[in-house]
Amino acid sequence: MTQAPAGIYLDNNATTMVAPEVVEAMLPYFTEQFGNPSSMHQFGDRVGRALKTARQQVQALLGAALDSEIVFTSCGTESDATAILSALKAQPERREIITTVVEHPAVLSLCEHLEKEGYTVHYLRVDRKGRLDMQQYLDALSSKVAIVSVMWANNETGTLFPVEEMAELARSAGVMFHTDAVQVVGKIPIDLKRSAIDMLSLSGHKLHAPKGIGVLYLRRGTRFRPLLRGGHQERGRRAGTENSASIVALGKACELALAHMDAEKTQVRMLRDRLERGILAQVPNAFVTGDPSNRLPNTCNIAFEYIEGEAILLLLNKAGIAASSGSACTSGSLEPSHVMRAMDIPFTAAHGTTRFSLSRYNTVADIDRVIAAVPPIVAQLRRLSPYWDASAGAPLAEPETAFQPAYA
Amino acid sequence: MWDYSETVKEHFFNPRNAGAVADANAIGEVGSLSCGDALRLTLKVDPATDTIQAAGFQTFGCGSAIASSSALTELIKGMTLDQALHVSNQDIADFLEGLPPEKMHCSVMGREALQAAVANYRGEVWQDDHEEGALVCKCFAVDAVLIEETIRANGLSSVEAVTHYTKAGGGCSACHEGIEEILTRVLAEQGKTFDPAAAPPPADKSGSAGARLGTLARIRRIEHAIEAIRPNLQRDHGDVELVDIDGKNVFVNMTGACAGCQMATTTLEGIQQRIVEDLGEFVRVLPAQAMPQTTNNQ
Ligand SMILES: Cc1ncc(COP(=O)(O)O)c(C=O)c1O
Repeated sequence: MTQAPAGIYLDNNATTMVAPEVVEAMLPYFTEQFGNPSSMHQFGDRVGRALKTARQQVQALLGAALDSEIVFTSCGTESDATAILSALKAQPERREIITTVVEHPAVLSLCEHLEKEGYTVHYLRVDRKGRLDMQQYLDALSSKVAIVSVMWANNETGTLFPVEEMAELARSAGVMFHTDAVQVVGKIPIDLKRSAIDMLSLSGHKLHAPKGIGVLYLRRGTRFRPLLRGGHQERGRRAGTENSASIVALGKACELALAHMDAEKTQVRMLRDRLERGILAQVPNAFVTGDPSNRLPNTCNIAFEYIEGEAILLLLNKAGIAASSGSACTSGSLEPSHVMRAMDIPFTAAHGTTRFSLSRYNTVADIDRVIAAVPPIVAQLRRLSPYWDASAGAPLAEPETAFQPAYA
Repeated sequence: MWDYSETVKEHFFNPRNAGAVADANAIGEVGSLSCGDALRLTLKVDPATDTIQAAGFQTFGCGSAIASSSALTELIKGMTLDQALHVSNQDIADFLEGLPPEKMHCSVMGREALQAAVANYRGEVWQDDHEEGALVCKCFAVDAVLIEETIRANGLSSVEAVTHYTKAGGGCSACHEGIEEILTRVLAEQGKTFDPAAAPPPADKSGSAGARLGTLARIRRIEHAIEAIRPNLQRDHGDVELVDIDGKNVFVNMTGACAGCQMATTTLEGIQQRIVEDLGEFVRVLPAQAMPQTTNNQ
């Protein structure tokens, strides 16, 4: 049936291929299984049952105590917004939020917006390896805080945050805890019933389900105010007729993710490490960003100094390799990524950060082709770089002082 | 992904004149590292004739920055310095068959490097100066004159508002300081003081949705959108030109293969969509034949 397109896809933190089994599972819900699950007839009933199965499949992957704690949404962004806005609405006397400087825009832009509405947001800093300042967290936790929202893993570097521990601390302080686990679900085991996490966001398209489907996990007993009001779907917590085909797909994808969890730890991690070692062994002036000892098994983010990321991606793409970059020019924002700047990565390196994110569909042959392709690409761009001494094959003696362009 | 022309890709993949020229006697170094672009241009100039015998570039930057550098060196080789100084950023962009609007600053950088190199050769100190007014926002190539006019025409008082109306400052934000300086100056002319902490002014009083661009900014934005589409049409041996703007109606002339082509209406719709997106307001794109014979200003 479905076939992976030609080319080597190492951009799985951006989105993933929908698994063939998932496509197969969802197709009938576009055709014969078209009923509205709320309807009182067999057409609706059959779809209603499928949704129940999907809910249980998600529950199993998350280790949630109850399937009713799973609320289907339209995407990760909606889940994040629902969690944060619900906490503020449900506790109007609490006017503060704690989050981090390296969150995804789904959380960061919302928080910046809420600041304009008069809320106080504490942004936790990170060090050069992207690790959180826990003292700053403890200092900010108080009864004025409505919600702590901290990502479980960073989408650019894969660095993991100690959210389980942070959730315990929040609980002791009587503060709600939400985590954006979009990059984690399906990559590392999760057992929510044993945690103090009150809310968690996930997004289907990061784990081989389609785009446009997400989940908000909502621990039973957590005070909640819906974002979308209307019909009684999702027990009134998210109105709108269910996206049944995608919900069925997400359920199937969760089942597959659970079955393949060991492969993430072993096969995917092994490939990632092979890639990273292979590149670093051949390319000088390159380093891993984030915290290499504590990160997702599939992600590797390498800063190639003195060259620019978009140029790297264009050459990789020509070689049939898909990756992504924290460079300014790829996003249209013309600023290097906020994650790299938060970690104080120098501009000459931040612009050249390249993220390789793998999945269980990658092979050793893929990885070896990438290891062979990267060094000449980096060398080619460095030959053009004003910071690089092409004859010596090394950076200029004092790159940042030797080359000082006007209005840098 | 950016929609790069074939020529941009060609010059990126196979850059001409890469590397430093040995025994160069004119060197220009410009750029903005925080924006991710920097360019070192080296020239060998024949002192007898002031002719550029060799040109080389070293660029830290994205695909279009490298392609623009390559294009610049190709354009100026063999020219006299005076001829070379007439090469505009638009010439560089044209040579490359167009650049995405967000990438126009890459061509600006090439021109500035050239000016800096010529100044270096002549023993002068190069100063960033532009025909239209000093370029303030390098990311979107917006100059001081346009910013000043827009501030005056719309009574703006914050950097945010300037960005909203002109795009200036919407990229790397390196120019926010410069925009504040312009605001301070223009507001002082009106006997007001610039207050960076002040909230942006309330939305347009006329009741129409969103903020309105100044007339000049609006025309420029429309021109820009049309320029960006032309390479696509030219690839199919057609072309389009802007004839007139009358309120919400934008009149264009379709030429070449586009003129009688069955796809003309689809093309018009595509152009319209592009302009609406860039402009942030609704306009109708109509063929020039549909222009009212006697233009009456409603
Ligand atoms: C950490 C993180 N949060 C949220 C999102 C947004 O998810 P969605 O695209 O489903 O809205 C993403 C996806 O890029 C992400 O990586």
